[in-house]
Amino acid sequence: MRPGGAPSRRGLIIGGCLSGLFVLAALVSFLWVPYDIQGLDIPGKLQPPSLAHWLGTDHLGRDLLAMIMVGARTSIAVAVLAVGIGMTFGIPLGLAAAGLRGGWSDEIIMRGNDLVFAFPALVIAILITAVFGAGAVNAIIAIGIFNIPVFARLSRGAALGLWSRDFILAARVAGKSGLRISAEHILPNILNLMIVQGTIQFSLGILAEAGLSYVGLGAQPPTPSWGRMLADAQTLVGIAPHLALVPGLAIVLTVLGLNLLGDGLRDALDPKLRGGRR
Amino acid sequence: MIRYILGRVVSLLASLVVASLVIFVVIEVIPGDPASYMLGINAQPDTVAALRAELGLDVGRVPRYLHWVSGMVQGDFGTSYTYRSPVAGMIADRLWLSLPLALYALTLSTLIAFPAGIYAAARRGRAGDLAVMGATQLGVAIPNFWFAMIMVLIFAIKLRWVSAGGFPGWDKGLWPAMRALTLPALALALPQAAILARVMRSALIEMLGEDFIRTARAKGLSAGQVLWRHALRNALIPVLTILGLQFSFLLAGAIIIEQVFYLPGLGRLVFQAISARDLIVVESVVMLLVFAVIVVNFAVDLAYALVDPRLRVRA
Repeated sequence: MRPGGAPSRRGLIIGGCLSGLFVLAALVSFLWVPYDIQGLDIPGKLQPPSLAHWLGTDHLGRDLLAMIMVGARTSIAVAVLAVGIGMTFGIPLGLAAAGLRGGWSDEIIMRGNDLVFAFPALVIAILITAVFGAGAVNAIIAIGIFNIPVFARLSRGAALGLWSRDFILAARVAGKSGLRISAEHILPNILNLMIVQGTIQFSLGILAEAGLSYVGLGAQPPTPSWGRMLADAQTLVGIAPHLALVPGLAIVLTVLGLNLLGDGLRDALDPKLRGGRR
Repeated sequence: MIRYILGRVVSLLASLVVASLVIFVVIEVIPGDPASYMLGINAQPDTVAALRAELGLDVGRVPRYLHWVSGMVQGDFGTSYTYRSPVAGMIADRLWLSLPLALYALTLSTLIAFPAGIYAAARRGRAGDLAVMGATQLGVAIPNFWFAMIMVLIFAIKLRWVSAGGFPGWDKGLWPAMRALTLPALALALPQAAILARVMRSALIEMLGEDFIRTARAKGLSAGQVLWRHALRNALIPVLTILGLQFSFLLAGAIIIEQVFYLPGLGRLVFQAISARDLIVVESVVMLLVFAVIVVNFAVDLAYALVDPRLRVRA
């Protein structure tokens, strides 16, 4: 249980503002960036933050603020699509398992889930990259596959609790099929929970994308990504610490914002779920 | 109990078989065949044919899969194409770094998380709790490889307390090796410690609300005695489960952290293998990692059943 309601409300607002800021930066970058990130300016490389370059410049003289804005697109796109894959496959699987509870189909779905769980996103990304080569799509697929069992387990658990409720019994007496009950009654009732989990998986997706891009299994140059920026910064961190600090703080603030938003949303959407997140 | 264990063993074996099939099939779906993929587009046909024969690609897929699996069971992972040496030996060499690193990180994570979680639960709702919870919120948001870079910046480049990377080898003595692994282990441990501290706190808080705790209080035990003797012991069950699951994440996470510190572990091996298109090495390392996750989960399940008899019935 959270001590009082106020901190979580504050968390919701802070989290919303932080994550909103980065989504906004990504959207604005389609229309305007302070400097062109394609244009290299070697004489102006490795500049610390100044009035001309608010966040400084990188080893090729590119403006870091512009790189962060365009990089946010990559992070957000990968994370959103990965959550989309997880929800699209995971929720129907979880609902089906709950609808067929106790049967062998339920058993197969859940054992399949356990199996996917044994493949961390990094391992899937290694496999895909080894076979098809590196790229942002790999990161999406790898993180997306890892998200499927997360949503399947959660939706199955939540749906199982609902199946024993009276209003579902009423729907069954009315002659509705399991499929219709799942779609019309169960799904709307677990949607809040899925949105909250989606926010959390979104933040985990941003972290995972950064990690994969950092080791070269995600977005490839010239696509700017926060993880790649950190990989580029690694050898220069002694001379130009801002190269590592800027993209790192962007990741931390975005993930922190999304986590606060997720916690706050959970408390706001469902008072029954209030409690310390594990 | 025996039936429960047998059921778990069957499930473990089935998981391993299916996982190995998945990995084998993914490697097999490469457009063309693995031999021409490994050699690149400019390879001569007779070179490709020679590699095909060497890799045993001439035989059908089913015998090849069986050969691969039976080889692994006997500790034979095949021969690396680029290094011309047995993959099992290469993996064993790298495991001597990655495994101790993961264990070191697990130890650090426990040493940080247990006191933090217990402290927060004991001070629930007060400033100390809020501070710990705030710190864990930050801990889960920090990418471990970035934290590692910042530590290199502070402790290696600015303060010059430790070297920025590399590994002297275990033969140079325990102390220099542990010194080289301390920053990487700390970087790996931080996010895991944050998660573990949260689990410890919520498990303890849940226990403190139980009836038997009220009874213990009513008997006249002090708050400290109740916490340490009764609540903590019971709260350990979920905490140990998470701790077990974290080990596999630490092993995978070590692959990324090794890149920051230029450590010659499994991560270096697999990334070099990817760029050299050495599929046999990639296949083996991936199988090993998945094997580790499945076996650790199995061990956690068993340990859980030993501690909590109610779970045995569920099987």
